Parts: sequence; structure tokens; C-alpha cells
Amino acid sequence: MTLLSVENLHIRFRQEGRLIHAVKGVSFDVNRGETVAIVGESGSGKSVTALSTVRLLADNAEVSGQVLWQGRDMATAAEPELRRVRGNDISFIFQEPMTSLNPLHTIEKQLAESLSLHQGLTGAAARARIVELLTKVGIRDPESRLGAYPHELSGGQRQRVMIAMALANGPDLLIADEPTTALDVTIQAQILDLLADLKREEGLSMLFITHDLGIVRRIADRVCVMKDGEIVEQGPAAAIFADPQHPYTQRLLAAEPKGRPDPLPAEAPEMLATEGLQVWFPIRTGLLRKVTGHVKAVNGADLSVRAGETLGIVGESGSGKTTLALAILRLIASQGKIRLQGREIQQISGRHLRPLRRDMQIVFQDPFGSLSPRMTVEEIVGEGLDVHGLDPGRNRRDMVADILTEVGLDPGMMGRYPHEFSGGQRQRIAIARAMILRPRLVVLDEPTSALDMTVQVQIVELLRSLQRKYGLAYLFISHDLRVVRALAHQVIVMRNGDIVESGSQVFADPREDYTRRLLTAAFGGSEFA
Amino acid sequence: MALSPLNQRRWRNFKANRRAWWSLWIFSVLFGLSLCAELIANDKPLLVSHKGELYTPFLTFYPETAFGGDFQTEAAYRDPEVQCLIVAQGSDACWDDPEGILAQAQAGSVEGQPIKPGWMLWAPIPYSYNTINDIGGAAPSAPDARHWLGTDDTARDVLARVIYGFRLSVSFALIVTVLTSLIGIAAGAVQGYFGGWVDLIFQRVIEIWGATPSLYIIIIVAAIWQMNFWLLVGLMVLFGWTTLIGVVRAEFLRARNFEYVRAARALGVADRVIMFRHVLPNAMVATLTMLPFLITGAIGTLAMLDFLGFGLPASAPSLGELTQQAKQNLQAPWLAFAAFATFSVMLSLLVFIFEGVRDAFDPRKTFK
Repeated sequence: MTLLSVENLHIRFRQEGRLIHAVKGVSFDVNRGETVAIVGESGSGKSVTALSTVRLLADNAEVSGQVLWQGRDMATAAEPELRRVRGNDISFIFQEPMTSLNPLHTIEKQLAESLSLHQGLTGAAARARIVELLTKVGIRDPESRLGAYPHELSGGQRQRVMIAMALANGPDLLIADEPTTALDVTIQAQILDLLADLKREEGLSMLFITHDLGIVRRIADRVCVMKDGEIVEQGPAAAIFADPQHPYTQRLLAAEPKGRPDPLPAEAPEMLATEGLQVWFPIRTGLLRKVTGHVKAVNGADLSVRAGETLGIVGESGSGKTTLALAILRLIASQGKIRLQGREIQQISGRHLRPLRRDMQIVFQDPFGSLSPRMTVEEIVGEGLDVHGLDPGRNRRDMVADILTEVGLDPGMMGRYPHEFSGGQRQRIAIARAMILRPRLVVLDEPTSALDMTVQVQIVELLRSLQRKYGLAYLFISHDLRVVRALAHQVIVMRNGDIVESGSQVFADPREDYTRRLLTAAFGGSEFA
Repeated sequence: MALSPLNQRRWRNFKANRRAWWSLWIFSVLFGLSLCAELIANDKPLLVSHKGELYTPFLTFYPETAFGGDFQTEAAYRDPEVQCLIVAQGSDACWDDPEGILAQAQAGSVEGQPIKPGWMLWAPIPYSYNTINDIGGAAPSAPDARHWLGTDDTARDVLARVIYGFRLSVSFALIVTVLTSLIGIAAGAVQGYFGGWVDLIFQRVIEIWGATPSLYIIIIVAAIWQMNFWLLVGLMVLFGWTTLIGVVRAEFLRARNFEYVRAARALGVADRVIMFRHVLPNAMVATLTMLPFLITGAIGTLAMLDFLGFGLPASAPSLGELTQQAKQNLQAPWLAFAAFATFSVMLSLLVFIFEGVRDAFDPRKTFK
């Protein structure tokens, strides 16, 4: 039986007098007890499609076409009926569990609100139902968590609470918009298992929006592949993965960082080494602000990278990966030894540190946040040259043009501003900014995490070719183990500030339990051996 | 200088707001005109032709002797004798019958002798803000053909005073705003960017400074020195520079951990350059939102001080003083009307303009 039927849906956004056609004639059905996944890269219109089913779009959207919920047209439904459908029949889970929960209210209060609104449950009855829901979504000892505020819960727990809220009124359809994207891999796996269980037990239908084909393979019955506002292919999940018809689907499925790092010459010199590097943030309590303890963000890290080598740093969020990188670059204070090209740099300060910055550069995760929105590409890329000087006999513009060509951008675009570029292009600009100084060591802090799969592959190729050409040493930080496996010679696994395991054998022969769990979550069991 | 695409978009958005766009035009014309107030309202002629030579009295000092008079002091161009001397080429007969000789000279002859008459070109409003007019009755006098908005209680032309007062108010507000913004942005930037102890100490200093009763200080200063425009600007800046600090500091605190700021630090860019090139442009939007409050606040404060009598000296063309006269002369409602209309037009235009500016800078606002 068809629960939700979308027929020839068009969505246009009015912006500065122009109409932007975001969704172009999309049709699909969701049957009872079925999980339908909408897959697509960013900007393909998948979230907008889902939001439009119960008219949750912003005012500047114009929607045409038909959305039938159990035979009733939602496009013409009155506001009270829509409200009833939104809470009771169709529930939502969003990507970011921190911002989806009100930080000022306890878990109990937030769950109770929806229960009293739609079911009229209050007092002890509501409390019992809340405990039941929390148990169902796998929160241990739910009675004691009722009074907790969102910030007291971990990311995974928050997402569980969100799911509990979504289930509170026994919906028929659950729309999940990238529900696991902000979570660590091990938590991601747990949440997906939970959703699969719930679907089985409650006979729930799900509309699952994601960019991650691994997730789709795991939970979807049917798949719609979206590109530029159109569904280019849809069908049963098994069929699509086994025999994709549309070239775009084929490309998506093939987009996985491939290859392994080039072997390293035995005589490669050491580029960077740390000994007992630690970053401790003091915890002060009492009136006199006495130091009573430390948050050990990085605890005694020893590592070494040679020229031309990539050291992968993996770990879940909060494990201290980025802190370690910032400490190595002397961007935050730390204790312990840092040796760059055999020279101790921990004690060098202020002005004397500046010449050394030329040799160590960083590329950040978010290509939208790491480029100043008010500077042209030429200014952004050339900024390092203003500090460290031009190569003899070259002018700045030529040097910028050369490096842009090298990272695969048209030098003619150097007068433009960052917002005119796509995510992948921006990341190339960020790489060009680091590379123009011809550094010896580059810290790559999750350089591919914010990018679509097909773009990730290109960036990985670019990084690999730059490394080959200039013998760069990379510190590659990522939570995405596939990318790390494709690039890194050595891997260190971090957890709560400690290095759990390190060496070149991590993927082939993990020794620690924690490493094994990480690998299982990322590669789904058998694949990594 | 070419505008960046971002600024082009803002300019388009601003123009799309018709009310703000027209307000900007009207305000620009009014302020532009008031900047040339000397050419519009003046008690000295703009141009004088005397014995074939041209004089520009509104710019230059000429003694009465230059036109055949007796005194070394500046020619009193509004006296009929002086007017007669200029037109009748210095004829002595002017002392006896200035009006008669003036009429003869304009016809082409003085006492039978044909002459080439001189002439005087007056501004459209032949009174300055401090000209005390002979109105032949009790001041304040009601509007008439000579004084379009009437005169105030010392027989000065209200229209001339409004024109000069508008210029004074707007200039005062702009100068105070620019100075307070410069200091406030610099101080807020330093606090926000460096944070920690700098921030902590600076914030306490500002709290103490903000607790100073500024009105009393102004009254005390006014009792010691004769108040003038620049002294008042100085006092206003002294107590106004803290207004923007909160906003700018917050923006810098937020932006100093942005990745592009980190990237710049990793490149080895100096702090000063990072603050100006990377962080400041992003803090400007929040600053712009505050600016209209600064400007209207400065206008209001100036008016208030003048109204209370602690502001500029009574001879200055002040709208606050006009308001105070209106309060004391309820039988002369034209004073109140003139003051009210000037304030409401000036403040409304400014508010409309800045409303448009703020909307244009708001990245989330969509325009149809």
C-alpha cells in the first residue's frame, strides 16, 4: 500500500528576482514498511524534496506538482491538517542533533511536550511512555537521564533522543535527513542498527536522505538517485548496486578512493618528529582558580614523518587529532619536543618562528570556512608570498597563476571570490594557498570530509601527485578510514588524547581492540582484511 | 575603484529598497545644499560690482572705505547708505538721501551726471543665522514675505537658522560617529582578537568609564571653558567611544577561531594584518547595524545639550536652542513647527537610509 506518493514535483526558489529551479519533476512512492533512500551529492535537491512533503520550506519557495499522503493532497491541505500530519503521521530526524534539541530544556520536557500536544498524555502516564521510548532507542538507565540537558549527552545519545521524539506519536513514516552524518563511525553503525530494528518492530516506513552509499546499501529497500534536481535512476537497492544503469549512478558507485600509497625510498630523511608532545588544558576550580586537574587533549604523542611519507592520524571526534596538529604547527601552546628537519622548534618564539612557517603548512576541513569570503582567490593564494617573499625574478601574479594551474584550476578565475566556487574547487584553492610556499610538511586536517564522494576522489589524486612531485611529508588527519588507507604509509590511532596504536600494520593487522572496532564499523566487517 | 561582486550585490539590494534610495537622494541634496549655506542664506552680498571692479564680500573682508565710506570697519552692506555708495559709485550725496540717490543711480544718473551704476548680488535669503533684523515690531515675528519661517525672539531669521542648524547637526553627528567608530572598532578589535587578560582588564576599565556621569562632566567643562563645536565633539567622543566595543569585540572573539584566520596564522601573517584584512571586514556588518543609533544619538544629544543650555553658545545656529525658544514662546508656534519639522525630516531620512544599508548588508535577507 502506498503511503506517500510524490508526483511530478517542482520546487523553485525566488531569489533577487530570479527563480532557481531546485527540484525538476521528481516522482517517487513510499510503501508501508519500506525504506526508500534518496541519494545524491550536495545541492542535488534531496533535502528540499523531503521537506516539501509536509510543506516545511521557507516562504520564498514555489512548489508545484502533487504530494499525496494516504491519498490526501498535502499541497492544498489546510494548516491544521498539516500540523496533525507533521507530528502524528510523519516525523523528522535531522542531521545535527545538537541544534535540533533545545539546549535549555531537559530531555523529559522536550519529549513530554510532543506527547501532550498530540496525545494529551501528561504526568505519570507521559513519564512512563517517555521511559519506554528511551528504552526502545537504547538509552541505558533511562530514568536517571530524564533530567539531563542536551549538552550532558554524547552525540550518539542526542541522536537517540531525537529518534525517540520522532517515534513518540507512533508515526507511519520517518523522514531521516542525513541522521548519521555528524556522528563517528562506530556510533553511526549503532544508530543504523537501531533504525533497522525499529522499522522491523513497528512496521515503520522510512524516507532516508543521505550522500553515503555505504549506508544506503545497508538499510534501503529502494533507492532514488538524485542529480541536479532530477531523479536519474530509481529501483530496488539490490538491483541498483548490482547493475547501475545511469552513468551518474555508475560514477557514484565507482567513486571510492583507490590505490595505495607509493612505496617510500629507504633513505628518505626525517622531516618531523615529536617526543612526548602533550597539550593539557588546566581545569580550575574554587575561588582562587586553583588548578585541580587537566583535560588531556593530547597526552605524550611520539611520532615521526619522513620526506615523501604520509602519516595518517585517525580517531573519533574529540580524540585530539586536530589539537595534535595545531600543536605541531605551534598554533597552540604545548609541552614536549617538536623537531622539524632536525631542528628543535618548541622553544623558538614570535618573529623567529615566522620563517619556519614557510616549511609547514595546513589545509583545513571546511573549504567554506577556511577561505576569507571577502578576498579574491589571488589575494588568498598570494598572501603567504607577502609574508615570505617572492621567488627571485618572478612576479606575484605569475606565481599564483602557476600554482592554480598545478592544483587544477583555471588561472583566469583568480579575480573571483570564494563563494563563486564549488566545494571541491575551494579545497583546491586552500591547497594552492599552502603549496605556493613550497612547504616540506603539510598538515591536512580532514581535507576531504566536507566534500562529495566524486570530488573526494579527485582531491586524493591531487594530493598524491603533489606528494610524488615534491616529496612532501603529509600529516593526514581523518575519521574516514578509506581515504586514510588510500594515502597513508603509517597510521596512528588516537583515542581520548592517547595514541592507541601506530605503525604501518594498522589496516592489515590491527593489534588493539579499539582499532579493530573502528575498522569493523568503517569497512563493515570482512572488507578490511 | 571597482566594487567587488559582494558589494555590487549590496548596492543593488540597497537600490531595490525604494524608500532608502529616495531618502538617500533627498538627504544628499539637502545636506549638499546646507554645505553651501553661505550661498543660500547670507547677510553679505555674494558679488558686488563697484567702479567696474568685482568684489566678493561673503568671502573677503572689505572696509567701508573701499566703497567711499568713512569707516575702517567692514562695510555694513545692509545699510541703505552703503548700498547707495556701492551703486552710485561713492557719491557723497548718499549721506543725505540714500534711498533717493539709490533710485537715481539705478536709473543711470546721479544729480544730473550720467554714471555707470554698480550692483549687488544677494543670496536668495539675505540673512545669516546671526543677523539681527529690523522687523519693526516685537520679536518673534510671524512668517511673512521677508521671513518665510518668521523670526525668533532676537529677531533672527528662522529659515536661515534652520539651514545652518541642519548643517551643524549633521556635521556634528557625522564627525562624532566617525571618531567614535574609529576608536571603538580599534579598541574592540584589540580586545576581541587577543582575548584573555587584555580583554579582562580592558572590559573592567570600560565598565568604570561607562559609569562616569557624562552630563555632569560636560556641565563642569562648560563652566570652565567657553563651549565650542570642537570641544563638544571632543567631549562626545570621550564618552561615546565605548558604544561599538561590545559588538566589535564579540565579532572578533568569534572570528579569531575561524579557519581562515588560523590558516593566515599558519602562513605566518602578522596579527595586525590578520585583524585588518581577515577579521575586520567580517565585523563591519554588525558595526553598520549600530551606526544609525550612533548618528541619531549624536544629533539627539547635541539638541538636548543646546535645549538645556549646556551646549553651544547661544549665537550658534542650533536646532536645540530653537526648540527651547519654541517652548518659551508658545504664542509663536512657527518656532515649534520649524524645529519639529527639521528634526523629524532629518531623523526619518537618516533612519530610512540606514535601514536600507543594514538590509543590504544582511546576507540572509532575500529580495524579491
